[in-house]
Amino acid sequence: MAPIIRSKPAIALLFVQFCFSVISLALAGSSGSGNGFTINGRVRIPQSIGVSGLGQSGKLSNVKVRLNGGQNVTFLRPDGYFSFHNVPAGTHLIEVDAIGFFFSPVRVDVSARHPGKIQAALTENRRGLAELVLEPLREEQYYEIREPFSIMSIVKSPMGLMVGFMVIVVFLMPKLMENIDPEEMRRAQEEMRNQGVPSLSSLLPRAS
Amino acid sequence: MGTAVRIFLILLAIISSATVAFSLYEDQVGLMDWHQRYIGKVKHAVFHTQKTGRKRVVVSTEENVIASLDLRHGEIFWRHVLGSNDAIDGMDIALGKYVITLSSEGSTLRAWNLPDGQMVWESILHGSKPSKSLLLVPTNLKVDKDSVIFVFAKGCLHAVSSIDGDVLWKKDFATESSEVQQVIQPPDSDVIYVLGFVGSSQFDIYYIKAKDGELLKHRSSTFSGGFVREISVVSSDMVVALDATRTSLVKVTFHDGEISFQPTFISELLETSSGKAVILPSAVTGMVSIKLNFLTIVLRVTDEGKLEVVEKISDATAISDAISLSTGQQAFALVQHEGSKIHVRVKAGHDWNSDLLRESIHLDNQRGIAHKVFINNYIRTDRTHGFRALIVMEDHSLLLLQQGEIVWSREDGLASIIDVTTSELPVEKQGVSVAKVEHNLFEWLKGHMLKLKGTLMLANPEDVVAIQALRLKSSEKSKMTRDHNGFRKLLIVLTRAGKLFALHTGDGRVVWSLLLLSLRQSESCPCPIGINLYQWQIPHQHAMDENPSVLVVGRCGLSSDAPGVVSFVDTYTGKEINSLALVHSIEQVIPLPFTDSTEQRLHLLIDANNHAHLYPKIPEASSIFHREFSNIYYYSVDSDNSIIRGYALKSNCAGEDVDEYCFDTRELWSVVFPVESEKIIATVRRKLNEVVHTQAKVIADQDVMYKYISKNLLFVATVSPKAIGQIGSASPEESWIIVYIIDTVTGRILHRMTHHGSQGPVHAVFSENWVVYHYFNLRAHRYEMSVIEIYDQSRADNKDIWKFVLGKHNLTVPISSYSQPEVVTKSQSYFFSHSVKEIAVTSTAMGITSKQLLIGTSGDQVLALDKRFLDPRRSLNPSQAEKEEGIIPLTDSLPIIPQSYVTHSVKVEGLRSIITVPAKLESTTLLFAHGVDLFFTRLAPSRTYDSLTEDFSYALLLITIVALVAAIYVTWILSERKELREKWRFNSRKKILSAPLLIFCLPNLR
Repeated sequence: MAPIIRSKPAIALLFVQFCFSVISLALAGSSGSGNGFTINGRVRIPQSIGVSGLGQSGKLSNVKVRLNGGQNVTFLRPDGYFSFHNVPAGTHLIEVDAIGFFFSPVRVDVSARHPGKIQAALTENRRGLAELVLEPLREEQYYEIREPFSIMSIVKSPMGLMVGFMVIVVFLMPKLMENIDPEEMRRAQEEMRNQGVPSLSSLLPRAS
Repeated sequence: MGTAVRIFLILLAIISSATVAFSLYEDQVGLMDWHQRYIGKVKHAVFHTQKTGRKRVVVSTEENVIASLDLRHGEIFWRHVLGSNDAIDGMDIALGKYVITLSSEGSTLRAWNLPDGQMVWESILHGSKPSKSLLLVPTNLKVDKDSVIFVFAKGCLHAVSSIDGDVLWKKDFATESSEVQQVIQPPDSDVIYVLGFVGSSQFDIYYIKAKDGELLKHRSSTFSGGFVREISVVSSDMVVALDATRTSLVKVTFHDGEISFQPTFISELLETSSGKAVILPSAVTGMVSIKLNFLTIVLRVTDEGKLEVVEKISDATAISDAISLSTGQQAFALVQHEGSKIHVRVKAGHDWNSDLLRESIHLDNQRGIAHKVFINNYIRTDRTHGFRALIVMEDHSLLLLQQGEIVWSREDGLASIIDVTTSELPVEKQGVSVAKVEHNLFEWLKGHMLKLKGTLMLANPEDVVAIQALRLKSSEKSKMTRDHNGFRKLLIVLTRAGKLFALHTGDGRVVWSLLLLSLRQSESCPCPIGINLYQWQIPHQHAMDENPSVLVVGRCGLSSDAPGVVSFVDTYTGKEINSLALVHSIEQVIPLPFTDSTEQRLHLLIDANNHAHLYPKIPEASSIFHREFSNIYYYSVDSDNSIIRGYALKSNCAGEDVDEYCFDTRELWSVVFPVESEKIIATVRRKLNEVVHTQAKVIADQDVMYKYISKNLLFVATVSPKAIGQIGSASPEESWIIVYIIDTVTGRILHRMTHHGSQGPVHAVFSENWVVYHYFNLRAHRYEMSVIEIYDQSRADNKDIWKFVLGKHNLTVPISSYSQPEVVTKSQSYFFSHSVKEIAVTSTAMGITSKQLLIGTSGDQVLALDKRFLDPRRSLNPSQAEKEEGIIPLTDSLPIIPQSYVTHSVKVEGLRSIITVPAKLESTTLLFAHGVDLFFTRLAPSRTYDSLTEDFSYALLLITIVALVAAIYVTWILSERKELREKWRFNSRKKILSAPLLIFCLPNLR
């Protein structure tokens, strides 16, 4: 019996969380006592990409959320939630600033006819959001990554290509010369001497 | 031979591996950039030193920053920059672990975790009317085991739980028509006193139960003399107020709900002068301090309930709030100036005559007077009380004083820069000794050997550290002399405090600083503000013996018709050469493109009455000016009435007390926008000192397009009045942006274009013949950037060679604004993901290097974007010829490449402006971005094509040359040997072979 009792709060908690995830859209906007609505949302940085990028600068406490390009600026609570209060009905824009991540701005429609009804969509790819959970589209790497020393990178570079060409000249040209029939060579040389013009073929064998 | 070739090949391979970097590698951070973090002028400070751990002070500033500073070194542990309209009204520490801030005129209450700055909760307080916002964090009051924070904001008293920010109860005072001035929580009591005034003479007190907000008692009483709404709390049942004439102090006691008034004339207390007194805000039990005619007067309430003067201080003074010591006493600090010294006195609240601490410190006189002081105590090893004082100075710097010396200081004035200009450094004068050169050479070689090791992956971790240190500290870059590349310069910055700083571009250190006397508060000029900096004198001919100087322009007061002040500052020494208090106001400053014989630049100052005043006021300047008199035009923008006016100079001023350097102007033209449909939100013109290298652009089909380059173009953006507010306030149908390009000499509109369904804010930059602007598209609900390029059609005919031959070309026709220009414009728009705070463009010495746009995003980063992405000739499928020309296929949005963030992984918090200055090296431009933080770097928009990068390994080059020489030598020896061997072989063959063959073979062997 005891274990069951102990697990009850956990189940209750799970149930509550489930409820939240289902009704979070409805919760997202609620009429405040003032003259506007409240937009609630959450910023979530998935663990998988957060590991490498979440360095000194990418802490959750340094994330800012901006409404309409700086009209309101708010910060994240430890659980990643944020809220904007007194927002009038209309179409708004939410942006997330986090060093190391690229977030798409989010278009948020606060309905005047159905108080508290909120629709959200990413403006970058026009994807609608079922709930206002903002995740980075990609991680941003601000630095070039130093390529480790590799032979391929050398070969591919212009210098490498030049070297390659020289290798061909140095090693293959004498071979080519060897393949030529001595008789033919002599004839060619004779011809050339007659013409009196020095040519590359007459100069090359001299070098080797 | 073969081995030699192989050696050669390996060496070549090593050289080729050292390729040029396109953008930044992580280990290059700090090599040519620097980043400085500031907080601004401190408003509130709370010490947190109880725990044995890190001792810190939490501060909030006028730049809307809250930060936790290390008490030992003054470094920032954590910092948050709140939104620009989220000014901090109050700050305190609750529960010993949360920093509570009240901001946005009392509507936002936030709690931050003290150790790491994570926001814990945020609470929005609602109310009905604006009021004073007060934050009260009682130390020992519990409501249902919960520590409560009391906030008076928007006409309501809120009790907020400090654990989760829930509003426990709320009491509305708006209906009471009382203007609440103070909320007091007497110690060991669960009743809150709310004090306020109704009208000008009624004093009200409300007793509120802390537990549930129940109104226990409400008393009010009327004082015939009336009140100004300033009170100072003396004790939990007594306040001191000022009467309506500010000539007498009224002691108000409200013991047990009985309000009694007891006025005392200040003149009686002082026996001397009369004047208007002001109560200084301080919270010291039993004390009141007032300011009267530059005198600071400290008064004490005696046990008999009488006010008596304890001290009159004529010097500038600052008084801290009281802190309670462990012995139950109260202590407060008093900072007093005397010449260049400041005296810090810490006094016990009950005993004025003795000081707990008395220290005198010699201060740099460029810091001005103390504006605020905060104290904190600690127990010394001998169990006596020690005190540390945090002083906020006039120049916004922050000092921590302890044991008679300055432990640390922060130049936080640099968080509020108004304007920036640059100055060259002195030319290197004396030669360098041989020994120094030898030493340098040795060091240089050693450094390069280390770098080589790093390149070849031979370096051990210690070497890597040494390499990094070597690269960063490189004495070359922080030298105080001019360099060939023009990388070393002085950045002269003017801060809001009226202080000039000279920062070295190499490492960002402050070379000199000067608190301008003309921009200090004085009787004749009660609230001076600095406006702009201009380069006044740049000596070229006498560069060795004359110093450059800058012109600082300011005015006395916020309105534009307040009298102006100018001062001239030497940029090498940081001394003020001259300063003038002007009789006229300064609306606009126009630096003219003329200099006199001492190379002082002529400036035209336009005042509010549209008179132009010429500076410097010397006859020579006047004669130069008269030669160009008819060519001087200027314009003014009246954004309230949506009018742009153009002016020309007419004649010398008529009237008395005017000199010959004053000129009347006449209005030439005006562009009046319809107020009901258009409102000016942005005007941008070209930078006056911008250099354009090519007048024409050769396009793909060998055609030429002539850029329309005129310095007199103005870009104007207007917005429909309904769309003037924030995004979401207007529907796409009722909002539009109209952009204009106007010639400022003739007032002719060269181009007009409407963006329907778009909204501001508009940020724009104008350069060469193009303008790029950023705005919000409401239909797509995304930000957009557009480009307009202007081409001159009248010169397009010049391509015809026959016209040249027959002399019919119009190239010799002078370009004038008065000739009707035939311009064509091309434009294109793209989506851009981020909102923008500022757009700038790179500028280089000759204007040859291609341009990059520098976009300061709202995330406080600076993004470099190639101008090629904003080219109206981009199309979906560019032809082969266009591709060769470098035209990028059209995409609907502009790419954001993370590597092209010039600020890499740092933020320039609160970014306000981006300034680019050309270096002498054509490929390079210097970038300075400032906000709350400062950031400087060097950019090469087309890469450094004209110099070697700093990473270039000279040692490797040297070794390669040596190795090559060695290889040649070895090859030579080898080939000699081979030749000899061959000869021997042929000699032996000679007997067998026939002679003709030998003749054939011998030349081949050579």
